[in-house]
Amino acid sequence: MEIRPILASLRKHRIPALLIMLEIALACAVLCNAVFMIGQRVTDIHLPNAIDEDGISVVTVNGADPKLAGSDIPRNLAALRGIAGVTAVAAVTSMPLDQNPALSPFTATPDAKSTVNTSVYFIGSGGEQALGLHLLEGRYFNADEYADSGLQDFHSTGHVALVTQSDAHRLWPGQSALGKTLYTNATGWTVVGVVADMLAQDPKFNRAEGRYSSVFFPLHPDAMMGDYVVRSAQRDRERVVRDAAQVLDKLQPGAVVEGKTYAGMRDEYFATTNSMVWMLVLVCVVMLAVTAFGIVGLTSFWVGQRRRQIGIRRAVGATRGHIMQYFQTENFLLSTAGVVMGMAMAFGINLYLMRHYEMMRMPWYYLPGSAVALWVVGQLAVFGPARRAAAVPPVVATRSA
Amino acid sequence: MFSYYLDLAVRSLKRSPGLTALMVLAIGFGVAASMTTWSVFRAVSGDPIPWKSSKLFVPQIDVWGPQGRSSDGEPPNAMAYPDAMVLMRDHRAKLQSAMYQISPSVVPAQAGRHPLNVSGHAVYSEFFPMLDVPFLYGSGWNASDDTQRTAVVVISSKLNQKLFAGANSVGKTLNIESKDYRVVGVLDNWNPQPRYYDVVNSGGFSATGEDVFLPFERAIEVGMSNDGNTNCNAVPAESGFVGLQHSNCVWIAYMAQLDDAAAVTAYRNYLDGYAHAQQQAGRFGWAVNNRLRDLPAFLDNQHVVPSDTKVSLLVAIGLLLVCLVNTVGLLLAKFLRRSGEIGVRRALGAPRSAIYAQFLTEAGIIGAAGGVLGLLLTGVGVACVGWVLPKSIATLARLDLPLLALTLLVAVVATLLAGLYPTSRAARVQPAWQLKSN
Repeated sequence: MEIRPILASLRKHRIPALLIMLEIALACAVLCNAVFMIGQRVTDIHLPNAIDEDGISVVTVNGADPKLAGSDIPRNLAALRGIAGVTAVAAVTSMPLDQNPALSPFTATPDAKSTVNTSVYFIGSGGEQALGLHLLEGRYFNADEYADSGLQDFHSTGHVALVTQSDAHRLWPGQSALGKTLYTNATGWTVVGVVADMLAQDPKFNRAEGRYSSVFFPLHPDAMMGDYVVRSAQRDRERVVRDAAQVLDKLQPGAVVEGKTYAGMRDEYFATTNSMVWMLVLVCVVMLAVTAFGIVGLTSFWVGQRRRQIGIRRAVGATRGHIMQYFQTENFLLSTAGVVMGMAMAFGINLYLMRHYEMMRMPWYYLPGSAVALWVVGQLAVFGPARRAAAVPPVVATRSA
Repeated sequence: MFSYYLDLAVRSLKRSPGLTALMVLAIGFGVAASMTTWSVFRAVSGDPIPWKSSKLFVPQIDVWGPQGRSSDGEPPNAMAYPDAMVLMRDHRAKLQSAMYQISPSVVPAQAGRHPLNVSGHAVYSEFFPMLDVPFLYGSGWNASDDTQRTAVVVISSKLNQKLFAGANSVGKTLNIESKDYRVVGVLDNWNPQPRYYDVVNSGGFSATGEDVFLPFERAIEVGMSNDGNTNCNAVPAESGFVGLQHSNCVWIAYMAQLDDAAAVTAYRNYLDGYAHAQQQAGRFGWAVNNRLRDLPAFLDNQHVVPSDTKVSLLVAIGLLLVCLVNTVGLLLAKFLRRSGEIGVRRALGAPRSAIYAQFLTEAGIIGAAGGVLGLLLTGVGVACVGWVLPKSIATLARLDLPLLALTLLVAVVATLLAGLYPTSRAARVQPAWQLKSN
């Protein structure tokens, strides 16, 4: 296909050509960044979490008498175990994604500084099984450790801790974390086990570096334990959480009791992220549609304007295919120019967003990705008008316009 | 003449209904998307107390030194208990209050009712006049209640509705954390957004208002613990709530009213003087690094507007731009196709201005139609915004008259601008050439 005549003709229609290019460039720039934002948020929503998310329900008890915690908690746990279908129960201080972060920096040496905020979990006896943690190395807490460990100013008075795989790699790169000492200021705990990565209490707040930073301490029944973790089969969980909330409501008449399935908690945490994704998808679709219709409109106009020239070309021997190709190539050239401009703009917008809105750098493949998308949209949009152009009969050339 | 142009425009638009619909839709969508996000953005970035915000100041004292500062050298955004108490005692501002977030349980007097967890703040008496808090019944407590730690409480109208069926409950007693408090005031509907008096602890926005306000020193005395954030640079030497009070952990919000520039300078000097004194006493081993920002500056510094809201505004503006460029292109295509008609009108003696008037009328009609569509879609968008954004923020977005007017204006101005170039091209058409070739 000879492109020189196309360029010559575009030079005659500078403004409409420029408008199509600008439209494609803007669409490309916005599309790149919007798709990148969608991608980041979808990754967030699907972040893996190494607990039994499908089987866990959480019942939160607020306002129980703290002095009675030592006797109330074992009694409550026993009652919860009695519910049909319950496989494990435990009391804990907080849950991943419960948006109520208890954070502390931990280091591998005493009195060092850390910029990572680690989520702190105090779990009661059987907490590992109730949460469904995955042990990778070492062991869980034993009964003595549970009995000995208390809580003072949000620090464990025990001597042992479990860490996540991410923290083990971060704090002791290239070594086994087992037997090492984990410090906050001068206080240290021995790492007895490493578990698979479990999400932080508020990963949006913790950002990427603290997302999988969690430490577990054993704790004997304590007033700080407001969450009861109840594990069951997935199909039983709705009934189990209802029953569990009723049981605790009866046992703790002065307290506010609320039960949720863990799946529900996760949905709740990511609800706004999820809606943001749908909004961005909607914007992208509307934008691509508008761009496509704009191309259809302008190309149709050109076709209408050039009916006579098309007729002449047909009369001197051009096939329908040649005419189609002409408009398709023309669109391809305009799209290419627009996309090149658009990629530069997209990169600029990304830099701006990085500086002002905590956005990450866009990986390079988003640029050619959205370029291809706009080429395809352009070709689809031009197809109709090009076919109409090809349908122009040669006899048009003989009529006086 | 205008009605004639109107008629011409309607005829011309009817001739190509597809293209017309396309332009109207493009403008409608662009305007609706950007206006909806803008309404949210304006709601969250607005001044919560515009008549007074320039007189309200948030002091920050660097209790942690260089080690505890964030990367931009900012001191902590809340205050440690000892400093807040000295500032309250010295009482250098016209009005001031230290405050912290509480979440006590309230036991209804009626038998068989479940206790409620309510949220609120422990504040000083000057909190109420300083923030112009509206009262339905009664008033705040007075300064002597602060010092005597009287068991008094100010409750919200919502809690009053729940516990006292909306009647005037001033003088009645309320059981809070198993102690009796006398109700001295019932607030009128008051739930400022953002919750500017304590953005650090509340995260800025909350759909549900606060239900109780207690005297600060009373709450400290009965050991009502802090329900907001506590940030520490070191483990407190002593344990419990009392240990927290003796520590350098920051957990107290503070606000002061300073009426003029002289008062601001004096207060700034006072803060620096206090930091110097602490330096000499050996508590601060670093240069003075205080901040005293007025409320709008502090809200900006604390990034109270969520970044998702800003990003969605940018995306929507991008969409509006794409739609406008698209409309320019389509109008251009439409107008340039009619050079024959323009040629005839010009040959019959129509001046260029008449051509402008005719074509801008047509562009304006498209703009107005797009605007009306945009208006409807904006209405739908604002109603559905709760689906996209957190409830606490979505409830703030409202469709109001200025927003409606702006929607229409943006649409019409945008299309008129879009119509300007094609019109000028059309008006420049040489009548003779057009007539000859036809």
